[in-house]
Amino acid sequence: MRDLVLPWRRTAAATLALCLIVGALIAYGTDGFRAMTSEQARRNAVARAPRLVPAVALEDQDGRRFTLADYRGQLLAVNFVYTRCRALCTLSSAGFERLDREERGRAADGTRRLALVSISFDSSDTPERLREYATRRSADGRTWRFARIRDSGARAALLEAFGIVVIPMPPADFQHNAAVHLMDADGRLARVLDLDATALDVRRELESMTDAHRVATATDR
Amino acid sequence: MTWMLAALALVVVLALPASRDALEGVMAAHMLVQIPLLALAGAMAACGVPLAWRTRIAAWNRRGVSGTALALLASSWWMVPRALDLALASPAMEVTKFATLPLLVGAPLALSWRPLGGVGQGFVLANVLPMWAVVGWLYAVAPVRLCNFYLADQQVAAGIGLLVASVTVGATTGFLAFRSIAPAR
Repeated sequence: MRDLVLPWRRTAAATLALCLIVGALIAYGTDGFRAMTSEQARRNAVARAPRLVPAVALEDQDGRRFTLADYRGQLLAVNFVYTRCRALCTLSSAGFERLDREERGRAADGTRRLALVSISFDSSDTPERLREYATRRSADGRTWRFARIRDSGARAALLEAFGIVVIPMPPADFQHNAAVHLMDADGRLARVLDLDATALDVRRELESMTDAHRVATATDR
Repeated sequence: MTWMLAALALVVVLALPASRDALEGVMAAHMLVQIPLLALAGAMAACGVPLAWRTRIAAWNRRGVSGTALALLASSWWMVPRALDLALASPAMEVTKFATLPLLVGAPLALSWRPLGGVGQGFVLANVLPMWAVVGWLYAVAPVRLCNFYLADQQVAAGIGLLVASVTVGATTGFLAFRSIAPAR
């Protein structure tokens, strides 16, 4: 028995050590096996540590200037689209359209809290095109606004902060990751949800956000 | 020494900006050409390991067990969609890819393959090939884009490529194994 086992000691030790080391590295690289894709990793990172996003100058479908920081103290959902998109943005906008409708229903009893902003990353989207898109989506242009970013440096900075990767696909299309981005009352990106998230999903996330906030302020004291 | 130099030359060629752009721009080429070639460089380097070192390593790698385990585990990372994105987004991960594929996948596998023996080799292939096929199938039919840096149709092509690679390697080794045990006429 000894003769059978002894020669294997080093190999067993080496196998164990190597598997532990490489396994730990892979666990680190996948957020403890919870993120096999960059998109999931982004969502985990945001939920773990809400992040401030740059207050870049936006221009809405009526030419009004504003920034996301104007929404501090309110709850806000943001998505990224371009008006010519026939794929992912269509789904994302359909999700926002439903959210908008559900929120409008709440407004009747005075509980509306969630504002919606759709930001275009296409430099060729003009306020006119955004207005036309808003009409098609039966958005009122106030509680659900459509915005463009005029400065290309600011556009890159905002996309980077949100973790949106946009690849131009000639002649006039883009591939991009799409989701519902929830901003908390401090103006931080706090949650990233699937693009078909319902008002119920949003409420649930908002509640978990305020719970987390309560815990954080309680520990601060 | 010649093997080591050849391996180094292969890594250098793969690291040239032109070849990186060409191979990493296409998901299937990234997964099925660049990554295997980097592992091949490691295998070539292993051929140049002096005999004295081989014996020393073999004491820690009886029947190729530890080397094979290392190579399988380290290579599985490069089938994770996030790994491909990270390699494109972060220079540190790109360097990690160029270092770990030769050193942690190709070289240990080359040093372990013969010691594994026929049964061991069969066991490894019976595990690895279905894994490639399943990952390839997942890439090909996934309803969402898995890599932020690759287009959806590239993901389908890479998935089909992985499936084809799995079937091709399986069929080839199966044929060779059958021929080696079949009685000569």
